Amino acid sequence: MKRSLANTVGLLLLALTLPLAAQDLASFEKQVTVKTLPNGLTVIICRRPEAPVFSFFTMVDTGSAQDPLHETGLAHMMEHMAFKGTPDIGTTDYGKEKVALATVEETYAAYEAERIKRVGKDPQKLTELQKAWQAAIKDADQYVVKNQFGEIVESHGGVGMNAFTTYDETGYMYSMPSNMIELWAAIESDRFADPVMREFYKERNVVMEERRMRTDSNPTGRMIEQFLGTAFAANPYHRPTIGYASDLQSFSASDAEAFFHRYYLPSNMVMALVGDLDPNTVMPIVERYFGQLPTKPKPTEQTTVEPPQNSVREVNMQDMAQPIYVEGYHRPSYLDPDDAVYDAITDIMSNGRTSRMYRSMVRDQKIAAAAAGFTGFPGTKYAHLFAFYGVPLPGHTNGEMKKAIEEQITKLKTEDVTDEELEMFKTRTKADLIRGLASNSGLAQQLAVYQTRYGDWKELFRYLEKVDKVTKADIRRVAKQVFQENNRTIGTIETVKTPTATAKEAN
Amino acid sequence: MRTGTVRIAQLLFVVTLASAALAQTQPVPWNQLKFPPLPAFQPQQPTRIQLANGMVIFLQTDHELPLISASMMIRGGAVEEPAAKTGLVDLYGDVWRTGGTKTKTGDQMDDFLEARAAKIETSSGDLSTSISLNCLKGDFDAVFEMYLDLLHNPEFRADKLELAKQQAYTGIARRNDEVSSIVGREAAILAYGKDNPLARVEEYSTIAAVTREDLVNWHKQYVYPNNIIFGISGDFDPKAMEAVLRKAFESWPKGPQTKDPAIKLTATKPGYFFVQKEDVNQSSISMVDLGILRNNPDYFSVSVMNEIFGGGFSSRLFNDVRATKGLAYSVGGGVGSGFEFPGMTRIGMQTKSASTVSGIEALYEEIDKMHAAPPTDDEMKKAKDQILNSFIFRFDTPEKVLREKMTYEFYHYPLDFLEKYRGEIDKVTPAQVQAVAKKYLQKDKLAVLIVGNDSEFDKPLSSLGAVTNVDITIPPPPKELMEQMGPMGPGGPGQQ
Repeated sequence: MKRSLANTVGLLLLALTLPLAAQDLASFEKQVTVKTLPNGLTVIICRRPEAPVFSFFTMVDTGSAQDPLHETGLAHMMEHMAFKGTPDIGTTDYGKEKVALATVEETYAAYEAERIKRVGKDPQKLTELQKAWQAAIKDADQYVVKNQFGEIVESHGGVGMNAFTTYDETGYMYSMPSNMIELWAAIESDRFADPVMREFYKERNVVMEERRMRTDSNPTGRMIEQFLGTAFAANPYHRPTIGYASDLQSFSASDAEAFFHRYYLPSNMVMALVGDLDPNTVMPIVERYFGQLPTKPKPTEQTTVEPPQNSVREVNMQDMAQPIYVEGYHRPSYLDPDDAVYDAITDIMSNGRTSRMYRSMVRDQKIAAAAAGFTGFPGTKYAHLFAFYGVPLPGHTNGEMKKAIEEQITKLKTEDVTDEELEMFKTRTKADLIRGLASNSGLAQQLAVYQTRYGDWKELFRYLEKVDKVTKADIRRVAKQVFQENNRTIGTIETVKTPTATAKEAN
Repeated sequence: MRTGTVRIAQLLFVVTLASAALAQTQPVPWNQLKFPPLPAFQPQQPTRIQLANGMVIFLQTDHELPLISASMMIRGGAVEEPAAKTGLVDLYGDVWRTGGTKTKTGDQMDDFLEARAAKIETSSGDLSTSISLNCLKGDFDAVFEMYLDLLHNPEFRADKLELAKQQAYTGIARRNDEVSSIVGREAAILAYGKDNPLARVEEYSTIAAVTREDLVNWHKQYVYPNNIIFGISGDFDPKAMEAVLRKAFESWPKGPQTKDPAIKLTATKPGYFFVQKEDVNQSSISMVDLGILRNNPDYFSVSVMNEIFGGGFSSRLFNDVRATKGLAYSVGGGVGSGFEFPGMTRIGMQTKSASTVSGIEALYEEIDKMHAAPPTDDEMKKAKDQILNSFIFRFDTPEKVLREKMTYEFYHYPLDFLEKYRGEIDKVTPAQVQAVAKKYLQKDKLAVLIVGNDSEFDKPLSSLGAVTNVDITIPPPPKELMEQMGPMGPGGPGQQ
């Protein structure tokens, strides 16, 4: 049983020294079953019978880049709501609850209409409307069975239950003992068939706390929000995934529901399952439950393309925290033919103690505690940034980070990388792929990501061919093309004296 | 012949199952589903070998991928370092690897290993240090040779010690930038006491005091086979690997036996402790106390209690404080447990400044509820189901089984601790859960740490009781170091 995957990888290992042959993929392929259901849902099952468990990863090809105008944070809010249950999960009486939730929406709409009035707002009326809204919430709450969805998963042995929202995608995952596969199918299909927007306004408060934690009360979080708002003007990457505070205080459960019906469609989702699963029995179960989801065409793509930057942009945040330096350069989306070249640059500049930025800035110049360059910021689906950062040592400045990074970029443009550097990148990429096969959850995510992004999970392996083709000349060409002053945005935290420090000094 | 019969029987069985599956074409509501039993699963146990010199080896084969990884747990860790050199073992764990061997610099090792996508790393903790490797199996011989060289002949080159010190200084200079790092540090100080080795903090002066000699001496004092548990897993032939390891380690002479550390523990000082931070709009609240030892007979009741109280998506804290009250994104906690020393009991949440006091009160309310009545049968069942049904994930990979065994060996726990755990959890009663809640979660024994911006609080903290302001000002570096860092260094702008 274990043999087949081992053989596959044995062949992959050969690929470390030999050009990648098609049969590597062919033998892994035998473990993988893919099917697109009539409603458009793509399902991948990968058999890995190491232990009687499985992991899944559901990828919705929609992220915060799809947040409607004035409703930033909605994709992430929807992710939170996907844990709130369905007409069958999380309620004592859905018939009555449904009516009560409709009243919550009506009263909220009335309250919100008054709240956002610029002229002629009536404070007394606002208080009354708020009371009516709060009373409606209280009424609806009586039917709620708290967190029943999570409780079902956890009491049946589910672990690692989580979800995330990025600019590009929304992902859902957990792992379960393999005898729970039908329960999994029942609740996961239910969750994406008809999520109920119960406790929406309390969950909105929870998300506001998440924003306070990640952004408002975190110096790096504060700076990155400003930095992306400056680097991007047209593409939705300029807005925060967590949402602006004012949008979080405004959007409604009805808005989230509309978002759900627009984007959470089988044709817009890929699901990967990895573990002790026999596709002959599991695929029919998946079809039986997920086949119920409605058939609708894939939603239209976000089409705004970030115009060329053609300007120097900079954000200098005066803050209590210690200095940090970031700079980013626009590059095309992951579909660009040079995608693997950017990965080569990332590896050579940043991967471990042999990397150029570690050796130059941390080891030799002794000016930085950490320094690296990386691609895919803040997403990859649309044209995005290749970014560099430096964390100065005490006594050193952001200016020194800027200069040292510039030297490394110039070197990349004017001299070829060495044979050893290029070879190291290729070897490490292949070894990373092998290491990634060792975990059900990691593999499920990889398969779903590649199926979503390329329409074919096999690209996960074919990517190695692209990596093999990267040349020294490619690296110089791409570096020259992208790392230009007019294509750069700089973000810094510069330390200012704190009120505390000032008070102490005054004493 | 007999085999043939069995095969036919199996085939019939499969056919029956298949027709049952075919008959089932309609989705079944989740609460009417019946589950087949989980297939019997006997996780593969590692082979334990004890050499004459005292070294314990665990071998765990795993042929799935062409990889080999190994690590050592070496007795002796940061709790043993002198207070005036706090950070010594941290530096040791770093420079052991970066400082290279007598014949190879750390940089040469980096070049060699990275070209093979292989790793050799060293690290340190409170009670142990470690040296590990990870490589493709074809590279094992060369990588293992380098591993042994670093084990026996570390050089601790001065330039790498200096580099590690600079990194440590940066950590100190930045330790008040983020709320989470203030909380992590100050909560441990409140629970264990500021001079306790489990909580004490590196300072410029204690890092500056560490010399290369200290690292060399540490190695000389602790790194002997009788203090080591070595685990290796991956794609190898166990007999051949055993021979390789015997050859490598058998002739290594014993050294002084490391004694288990003795740390004096004092009760947590209760009260309210406040750190003012102007640049936040959210308070971080942590309630801490000393927890229990893992071998405490109450451990199993505490595990169930923790699940009900603050563990995961269906706990009371998550339901009441997050879902019902919308007071927090992050909330959770429970009674901590440790193998060698009591763990830290910690209940925590982050809530907007304007609900700081009501947040504290909400947590108190949950403690009161745990005291007032035993959990319901439904809660008990769900908590136990949660622990027992997810039990398989404690040993669903050979590497997890290996790590578990190494840990028990290290702390002198019975190697079948995990196997027994299941049965013990099953026996826990609601009355026991209530009893451990009363015993280990006591409001008047908790130290409550609040990091936040008090100008925005709903009520003054003093409305709850006496408040001690915690000064987190970073002590400046010694004069010599200050001069080396220049005017922008610590003590310059922005020191808090």
